[in-house]
Amino acid sequence: MSTDFRYPQDDTVTASEGLTPSQTIGPFFKFALPYDLGSGVVGPDHPGAFRLYGQVLDGDGQPIPDSMLEIWQADPNGDLVSTPGIYDEPGGDRFRGFGRCGTDEAGRYEFRTVKPGAVPTVDGHPQAPYVAMAVFARGMLRQAVTRVYFDDEAEANAADPLLSSVEEERRRTMIANRVEDGYRFDVRVQGADETVFLDVFAR
Amino acid sequence: MHEHDVMSGVITPETAARPLDPAYRVDDYRSSRLRSPRKALIVPPAGLTELTGPQFGSGDVRDTDADLTMHGDGEPIGERIIVHGTVTDDYGKPVRNSLIEIWQANSAGRYIQKDDQHPAPLDPNFVGAGRCLTDDEGHYRFVSIKPGPYPWKNHDNAWRPAHIHLSLFGRAFTQRVVTQMYFPGDLLFFQDPIFNSIRDEPVRKRLISSYDHSVSVPEWATGYRFDIVVGGRSATPVEDKGA
Repeated sequence: MSTDFRYPQDDTVTASEGLTPSQTIGPFFKFALPYDLGSGVVGPDHPGAFRLYGQVLDGDGQPIPDSMLEIWQADPNGDLVSTPGIYDEPGGDRFRGFGRCGTDEAGRYEFRTVKPGAVPTVDGHPQAPYVAMAVFARGMLRQAVTRVYFDDEAEANAADPLLSSVEEERRRTMIANRVEDGYRFDVRVQGADETVFLDVFAR
Repeated sequence: MHEHDVMSGVITPETAARPLDPAYRVDDYRSSRLRSPRKALIVPPAGLTELTGPQFGSGDVRDTDADLTMHGDGEPIGERIIVHGTVTDDYGKPVRNSLIEIWQANSAGRYIQKDDQHPAPLDPNFVGAGRCLTDDEGHYRFVSIKPGPYPWKNHDNAWRPAHIHLSLFGRAFTQRVVTQMYFPGDLLFFQDPIFNSIRDEPVRKRLISSYDHSVSVPEWATGYRFDIVVGGRSATPVEDKGA
């Protein structure tokens, strides 16, 4: 990369065919993407509904106020929803599997969800219950992806093929901690306690 | 197209810096410095959670959501445009019923969001957010106003080329992509670290739409085409499940 912000462009070069590359979500997405009902993965009456919340922090440990999280997960039986609908109200005890939440000025986010059932790998190996999470932010040229496991699933976590493949001291960065009203999970996008991020894209 | 089919194990920072997507860390883009993961990404075992994703239906969008010129009491100021294209997967198959969300600045280069400090006028008739679903051929179509370029503080005299942000779900969490569409012939590309964060020029140019006279509507709007290819593994598409 240059330091004088001049990147030569060759007008004779044309686009190649293939996947569309990623660009940052930028600073001005909050009027367009997050929505009031977005944080409800389940309706308020769903048995076992709890808060999954925390902060998104940068490499200096400062909150990232302009980030957005999305989560996707199986229902308590381990089934993945295939019926449409992410914008309408997840009223009553409905489960929709998807949540989207922008962070506030203190980098905080909060979802209402339930613990997913375990979903095995495609090869049939058991996995501990987890929620898939994507982190978008100004300053991130593509999303960062992680999994949110649960600290009260110690036995399943110990046998989980991903967790057990990660250095022991980093495993806790993918594990939400049980608190009074749900689970707390902080995302540290950089630094000594950097969250383990995954390449799930194979692209 | 799948450049590595490794199903588990650690990949190095070198392989993580794929030529397709930008690296997380692009020092010229100042706000990436403290927001870029630095440790190697880990390829997890493939699981159905990541290989699926939310599905969409007609209840998720209204017809007017795709026409950004209809979201105020009157007509917004600016060049009316039609932006259309297809969404396909990396096998060339159309991605149907997939949600596309877009957002953008107005014709003066100002976002409606209140923390946009650019001293350009807001347009009372323009919000700048829309969405639609792809049809059975994977086709989508928006009507909007051509966004203006705008200044930002990344470096001295820094300007973002005019762009429309797009968010796509594809069929699975693994196919989710957020990107930006640019316009042909923009004179601001040469100094933009976000556009140029994609190092490979033929790949970078996939983000530039083309003028499409065949969809321009006489006396009404000019047309641009922007085709999108989503990739990454997914589970069997829902519509193929023995329906």
